[in-house]
Amino acid sequence: MTRFVIKRLAAAVFVLVSISILVFLIFFATPGVDPAARIAGRNADQLTLQQVRATFDLDKPLHIRYVSMMKHLFIDRDLTSYVNRGAEVLPQLTQAIPATLSLVFGAAIIWLLLGLILGITAAGMRKSWVDPAIGIIGIIGVSLPVYWLGEVVNLITQGRLHATLFRWVPPLGYVPFTESPGGWFLALLFPWLTLSLLYAGIYIRVIRSEIVSLMQEDFIKTERAKGAGEKRILIKHASRMSLITVVSLFGLDFGALVGGSALLTEVVFGIQGVGRLTFTALQNFDLPLIMATVMYAAFFIVIANAIVDLVYAWIDPRVRRG
Amino acid sequence: MAEKLLEVKNLCVSFKTRKGVVRAVNNLSFSINHGEVLGIVGESGSGKSVSMSAVMGLIKDENAEITGEVFFNGEDLLKKSDEELRAIRGKDIAMVFQDPMTALTPVYTIGWHIREQLQLHSDISDKDAKARAIELLEEVGIPDPEKRVDQYPHEFSGGMRQRAIIAMALSLNPKLLIADEPTTALDVTIQAQILDLLERLRKTYNSSIIIITHDMGVVSELSSEVLVMYAGRMVERSTKSSLFANPQHPYTKGLMNSVPRVDRARTSRLETISGQPASLLNLPSGCAFRNRCPSAHAACTEQPTFISDSNGYGAACFLLTEGVRS
Repeated sequence: MTRFVIKRLAAAVFVLVSISILVFLIFFATPGVDPAARIAGRNADQLTLQQVRATFDLDKPLHIRYVSMMKHLFIDRDLTSYVNRGAEVLPQLTQAIPATLSLVFGAAIIWLLLGLILGITAAGMRKSWVDPAIGIIGIIGVSLPVYWLGEVVNLITQGRLHATLFRWVPPLGYVPFTESPGGWFLALLFPWLTLSLLYAGIYIRVIRSEIVSLMQEDFIKTERAKGAGEKRILIKHASRMSLITVVSLFGLDFGALVGGSALLTEVVFGIQGVGRLTFTALQNFDLPLIMATVMYAAFFIVIANAIVDLVYAWIDPRVRRG
Repeated sequence: MAEKLLEVKNLCVSFKTRKGVVRAVNNLSFSINHGEVLGIVGESGSGKSVSMSAVMGLIKDENAEITGEVFFNGEDLLKKSDEELRAIRGKDIAMVFQDPMTALTPVYTIGWHIREQLQLHSDISDKDAKARAIELLEEVGIPDPEKRVDQYPHEFSGGMRQRAIIAMALSLNPKLLIADEPTTALDVTIQAQILDLLERLRKTYNSSIIIITHDMGVVSELSSEVLVMYAGRMVERSTKSSLFANPQHPYTKGLMNSVPRVDRARTSRLETISGQPASLLNLPSGCAFRNRCPSAHAACTEQPTFISDSNGYGAACFLLTEGVRS
């Protein structure tokens, strides 16, 4: 197991370095494009261009430019945005990261709980009305677009009812946990519920169908012949086996969301997260910021996947080898 | 005469499907005494596995209809609730299935599986259960059991897994072991070892064994009595020796002739039974085997009765009655 962990982490580092090189090449070595002009923004004067060339070592060979860029990004952390007139890039990112992480982590806990509880219940009560009822809940969850649902939630909690029933709901936006844990929780409660509903719908369906097919397996027959009860078979065997699928699915979803896919939820609920930051950067063509957010997103997807693989090995002994 | 351990009377199993009613088992009656070995032989779809699943109460399909009586230690299993059956399954009647590769939950160790079997039916501590698991693994011939007990099913070879499954099945000293094609998925070299193991354990534990197979070789190694099934019916029942020496039913004869034998001159190609196994959805009238039977004649359009001697040995074929008449 230890060897597996080391190997997996080494692979993650390798992927991260490769991504940084790839991203760097796309931004700084695309033929026919002057990166200085791009970084400086539209209609920049000669002086600014000179300055850009100097800070990013753009007149030096490619590998030195790469090293210099990584130094700005990770060591000196002084990458500045020219479009935004000298605003430093990394502080914006370090402010956005906790917001996105809080949003996605909280939503993930809710959707995993909902998915597991309802998915297992539906599979276990396949012959009663409960299964189709849960199925309908799942379909509703999957079919409601996040931006629409979010706006409806806002309309209810921030609109006319805000004065009475929903007085306790804070105004839109993110409250850092360090500032006020209670405020953090209340501000994120509805974004969590909104974001998790979609994924809960997917997970309920995946977990249910996974368990239903696992219940046909030979090892379930063995358990019945051993005299194990149906409940024990459902929980200890079928549901336990279904976790293998859940974990691999979760790794992809979680990585993508942390990497910026939570954009719609962030916009609707006014949360200044990574998705929204990337979106603004793209609109303004703010190259240093785009680079930083892309690197960040890649970083989180790779980390999330590495963690998933480790959890995967922990819950499925068959992948531990090697 | 001592009380029979298991006595099955007029067992019928049918499934309602969209295409019609499938009569998987038809009027099956047999019994087995303490310490005996019964072989049930037949090709795929002859109802041998289904009948055993019905005995164990393992048929969960709501379209299934099961009638008849199954007396185990004098009590009718078919009248018991699921709860009562569960107390018997694994403890008094254990089962070993065909494919050891898929018969164990992959995420639990071998020791965990044996411990679960023990703890489902007795209050034994984790520590004692593990010690017992090691003992059992040693007994079924798994080398280095202290280490193997903590390994996962995928770390065991097929034969080793089947040994471990047999250890698990025998862990509570069941009165009856039902082995459903226990060697079919294994290498030929391993098959004989597993059969030897079963025979050795039968002697130590004095369990009765019902072994389901389509392999006459397995029958000859193990059984004392043999029951031949075709299309859901028992067509012949006999002791092993008389079955091999003098098969009565044309289907049994066909099965015998399709096994290569060293004690006969190799004169021609190996014989086969012509035609396809009868479809359970659309059984021919009368004897289900008549379309493939070399001795079929006019009388065969009626269902032949099972003609038996006082031991219950005999066959369901008109050739017997006519033989008696002439």
